[in-house]
Amino acid sequence: MATIAVPRTGSAFRPAVLDWLTTVDHKKLGILYLYFTMFFFAVGGILALLVRTQLAVADSTFVSNDAYNQIFTMHASAMLFLFIIPIWAAFGNYIVPLQIGAVDMAFPRINALSFWLLPPAGILMFSGFFFGGSADAGWTAYSPLARNTGTGMDLWIIAVILLGISSTIGAANFLVTMFRMRAPGMTMFRMPVFCWNVLVTSILQLLATPVLAAALCMLYIDRNFGGSFFDPNGGGNVILWQNVFWFYSHPAVYIMILPGMGIVSEILPVFARKPLFGYKAFVFATLGIGGLGFSVWAHHMFTTGAVLKPFFGFMTFMIGVPTGVKIFNWLATLWRGSITFEPPMLFALGFVSMFLIGGINGTYSAAVPVDFAIHDTYFVVAHIHYVLFGGSVFAVFGGLYYWFPKFFGRRLNDKLGVTQFVLMIVGFNLAFFPMHLLGLDGMPRRIATYNEADWEALNMASTIGAFLIGVSMIPFLIAVVAAFMRPKDQPDDPWEGNTLEWATTSPPPVHNFDSLPEIHSERPLFDQRHGIGGHGVHPATGEGRG
Amino acid sequence: MAAHGAVQHRQGLSNGMLGFILFVASEVMFFGGLFAAYFIARADAPSWPPTELLTEEQLAAGVELHLEWVLPTIATVLLVLSSVTIQIGVMQIQRGNRTALMWWLFVSIVLGLIFLAMQMYDYAQLPFRADDTIFGTTFYTLTGFHGAHVAGGVIFMLVVLVRSAGGQFDAGNHEAVEACSFYWHFVDVVWLALFTTLYIVGPRS
Repeated sequence: MATIAVPRTGSAFRPAVLDWLTTVDHKKLGILYLYFTMFFFAVGGILALLVRTQLAVADSTFVSNDAYNQIFTMHASAMLFLFIIPIWAAFGNYIVPLQIGAVDMAFPRINALSFWLLPPAGILMFSGFFFGGSADAGWTAYSPLARNTGTGMDLWIIAVILLGISSTIGAANFLVTMFRMRAPGMTMFRMPVFCWNVLVTSILQLLATPVLAAALCMLYIDRNFGGSFFDPNGGGNVILWQNVFWFYSHPAVYIMILPGMGIVSEILPVFARKPLFGYKAFVFATLGIGGLGFSVWAHHMFTTGAVLKPFFGFMTFMIGVPTGVKIFNWLATLWRGSITFEPPMLFALGFVSMFLIGGINGTYSAAVPVDFAIHDTYFVVAHIHYVLFGGSVFAVFGGLYYWFPKFFGRRLNDKLGVTQFVLMIVGFNLAFFPMHLLGLDGMPRRIATYNEADWEALNMASTIGAFLIGVSMIPFLIAVVAAFMRPKDQPDDPWEGNTLEWATTSPPPVHNFDSLPEIHSERPLFDQRHGIGGHGVHPATGEGRG
Repeated sequence: MAAHGAVQHRQGLSNGMLGFILFVASEVMFFGGLFAAYFIARADAPSWPPTELLTEEQLAAGVELHLEWVLPTIATVLLVLSSVTIQIGVMQIQRGNRTALMWWLFVSIVLGLIFLAMQMYDYAQLPFRADDTIFGTTFYTLTGFHGAHVAGGVIFMLVVLVRSAGGQFDAGNHEAVEACSFYWHFVDVVWLALFTTLYIVGPRS
């Protein structure tokens, strides 16, 4: 298979920059994804701080109403479309081929295309600021507002379509990679749980994202060619937008969380020194979330009165079941483990606890009467941030601390990691817990200012928390810079991992593996370390027959 | 490292074909979204075509909400025929006959281009535009996106034709031809669904 000639980095004819620009290596593309998404995480974070500065006090005039609408819209758009969704492609790109023992993704050039669609999309989306204002209808872009707002909206639509294409072809690539490129012995039910989560995420992306593309095309036609899709005067229907939008965007919240669950499920067994409890139950729970994910979209639309509330309420409660299964998987994995608290483990534990809160306050909202009371209040903002920040972002940092030695051959400083974790989890809860109370008290989301003096204390607490999250990035940046100032000193397997990415050097060579261990279970490295396997049956789980 | 190479020699679908089928699945969902919009608009309207939605200005400008069916019917027959011709081309290359493949590709391309020309003529003579009620919007959006896919299919066939002319493809190696015909059949099936929906199911009072 070593027939692909690999150009030497930094040769006279091929400078390193050109090498990065033209690379089709899944590891380099993963790193490019990582830099791109972390950049937009910073941009989205700065916008979030602007939002919180505006809301810190009542009757604030820090930014104008118009500017505020643009800021919160672009905060959400950057965080969701340019950070969370593509950063899973960063981890997926780097880790999935390594974990299944492949040399690369199935389609390396399509992989490069997936990445290179992102920078133009990011530029387009933010270029609205130079053309009379960016998109300002919220990331949900509801009509009629989105039909009538300025040019920034058109740029936003095209950017999101580009991102959708990137994510759709990326998903097809991941699926073929995992279906067809697994090393001998790596059966589907020996694939690491992270891969399974990327697999289900990819199915959701493949089938849901095109529906968003269709919705965005309709919105674009309405705005530019006099279409009537979302205009009742011409026989259209504004609720149609909500249906097609959430048909994508509800599966999309699982797209945004499942790979994070996968990362946590890789970290917990390593630092609790136990196998993941109930591997198969976990895989089936992931598939269950993927399947049910397509049948709950209208719980965002209860108050429209245009959806079958009992059905969507019931299905939303149902999706709590596989999610609950996963929580118990994680807890049982920790039970009586020899736990150590390195930074990856801290962030993983942060994920489990914060995501649990996000799951519970989400299940409240599934009850139709409760939903009517809290719809479009800050309670919903609290919920989304507990699952997407308390969930996904904690998993991102867990994954960064865990795989940084593999990515770069260097380790992030443990003390700085602990400092970041403490600042982040305190700041996070200070920022978002008060939003539950504000929401129950009736504070609507997406308002530029308020004049209720009662809301000031909680909003100020929230703002202080948001800035604390900002401060928590300083130890992280110091750790990254410090790591890069040191030589590459990391062994193949610094954490005593279970999965194949730890069987190669840190960072891996271009062809990934010089040799692969035999694979008899979902923990080939554990087996190798303890001399298990080679006789077919895994002694602990009984798996791996034949 | 021979182990990694092993995956390349598996039986059944190739990686490329599996990836292509997944891509077409995503296309199905795209059209699914557009069809959903059409059916919701149709169910919402008091009648279909929703003539009562036309404004005074639109009536004065001579806007009428009805479709011509003769030309699209002929176009439908030609498009179905082109699915047959490209499939014959695939069968020919399976037997290693590259010259026959090129001829059948050429015929399919011509049929595809005739379909596009007829669609453009149809657009030019229809008495309504995309901004004339949801009827016009859905009609031009659905048939327009389908037309764009026909154009994409024609380009795909042209690429395959050029590659055949350059001496590529033989009995054992013609993945791109299979993918191209698969895509063309998909475009054909979408049109049959569209034709049924727009012309055969047609009006409702």
